[in-house]
Amino acid sequence: MKKPVIDAQNVDLTFQTNDGPVHALKDVNLQINKGDFVSFIGPSGCGKTTFLRCIAGLETPTGGSLTVNGLTPEEARKSRSYGYVFQAAGLYPWRTIAGNIKLPLEIMDFPKAEMDKRVEKVLDLVDLKGFGRKYPWQLSGGMQQRASIARALAFDAEILLMDEPFGALDEIVRDKLNEELLKLWAATDKTIGFVTHSIPEAVYLSTKIVVMSPRPGRITDVIESPLPKERPLDIRDTPEFIEIAHRVRDGLRAGHDV
Amino acid sequence: MRPDTTFEKIVWPVGFGLLVLVLWEVIVRVFGVSPAILPPPSAIAAAMAGSLPILWEDWVQTVVKGALNGLWMGTLAALILALIIDRFDFLKRGLMPVANFFAALPIVGLAPIMVMWFGFDWHSKAAVVAIMVFFPMLVNILGGLAAVDPMHRDLMRTYGATHIQTLHKLRGPAALPFLFNGLKIATSLALIGAIVAEYFGSPIRGMGFRITTEMGRLATDMVWAEIVVSAVTGTALYGLVAGIEKRVTFWHPSQRG
Repeated sequence: MKKPVIDAQNVDLTFQTNDGPVHALKDVNLQINKGDFVSFIGPSGCGKTTFLRCIAGLETPTGGSLTVNGLTPEEARKSRSYGYVFQAAGLYPWRTIAGNIKLPLEIMDFPKAEMDKRVEKVLDLVDLKGFGRKYPWQLSGGMQQRASIARALAFDAEILLMDEPFGALDEIVRDKLNEELLKLWAATDKTIGFVTHSIPEAVYLSTKIVVMSPRPGRITDVIESPLPKERPLDIRDTPEFIEIAHRVRDGLRAGHDV
Repeated sequence: MRPDTTFEKIVWPVGFGLLVLVLWEVIVRVFGVSPAILPPPSAIAAAMAGSLPILWEDWVQTVVKGALNGLWMGTLAALILALIIDRFDFLKRGLMPVANFFAALPIVGLAPIMVMWFGFDWHSKAAVVAIMVFFPMLVNILGGLAAVDPMHRDLMRTYGATHIQTLHKLRGPAALPFLFNGLKIATSLALIGAIVAEYFGSPIRGMGFRITTEMGRLATDMVWAEIVVSAVTGTALYGLVAGIEKRVTFWHPSQRG
């Protein structure tokens, strides 16, 4: 068996707050292989975002072990393994769209000509060709979020972590971006971790669905999707799709009853 | 309501200003107010026209040498200290209370001491100005460096950016609107500081020096002439800072308009 890219063994995380300790993650065990598209789904407070942040080395677990390609998340972060897409676009308003996409490239010391080439390429990939000279506040929310995805793709990180990237967008834009994201994933073979609230979104996108529940945040079910890699939008009306969606819903409900 | 055209934006304030001047002139003449109490605008204008070389010399001494030198020194010192305090957390706890204490010092009391330390010429005035502008600049720059969107900061972390890179690409630009707020306060403080500091000893030139000596001779038209010059200078400096701000922080919601 090949070694997993991300390997979590009994990961535990307790935050010390003014109201006493909060058990954000308890006994999380999960293996993610190269090229997996893994969704984390669950109600607010189930630790899905926290776990994603742990993988990215933005939070440090208080127990258990978590490795990324055999490195600690901190080391993996410093070796620039992650492209991270946040809930909001988080573009720097003083930079143009192209300038924002260049930001990680500047920090990682890419040569000038290479930068311009990459900016063109990812702008094309997220369908924003010709918008490079605009400022973020001149674009719609959906376009801003696409730009932030382009920024995460620009330096070709091996792992793409996305924290409810489409949460604030309307259904139609969301469908379109989901479809584009799948195409992108198929084209690049990246490993993707994706946090979402939406059952259809999770089922549509993932090869592996991780169902989580709160207090303490833990994994209640891991579902390997039998859906093919090629997924047109209308796959959502097939019995297989609906069956997986049911299982996810049951998992979410079971977590609530505890 | 229809927004004013550029022409109207100029005509309205200029019209009102002229109206005030005319009323002032009329009241002084009709009621026969003594020139020692309030000279008419025409007398002030005549005094200005008649002593342009003196006004120019005073302006260079007070504004260019005293105020502007003090302004850049105080701002630079605040910037350097802010970057150091920001880097080392224990300094924030140790130095900020001390800085707060210095902010409470009345600069009027410091002016004679600065004269003792740096002599009668502009150096002591620049020192007073530097101390005056230092604290508001420090507070604003520190506030700006702290006012970074946590998401923007996390983004830098996912890139494995260094402290200097984060400062250069994120926190510096994000702090600019705060820096300009501080500068707008500091320019008016600098002018006040440079003029008032001259009341406590100066060579025989400078706007503060002129105001005290001409007042002693009851030549109020000349006092008013200096006041007009300082008002115009203050407005111009403020406008200059606001203009640079508009160009540099064009991306900020308050400037996008």
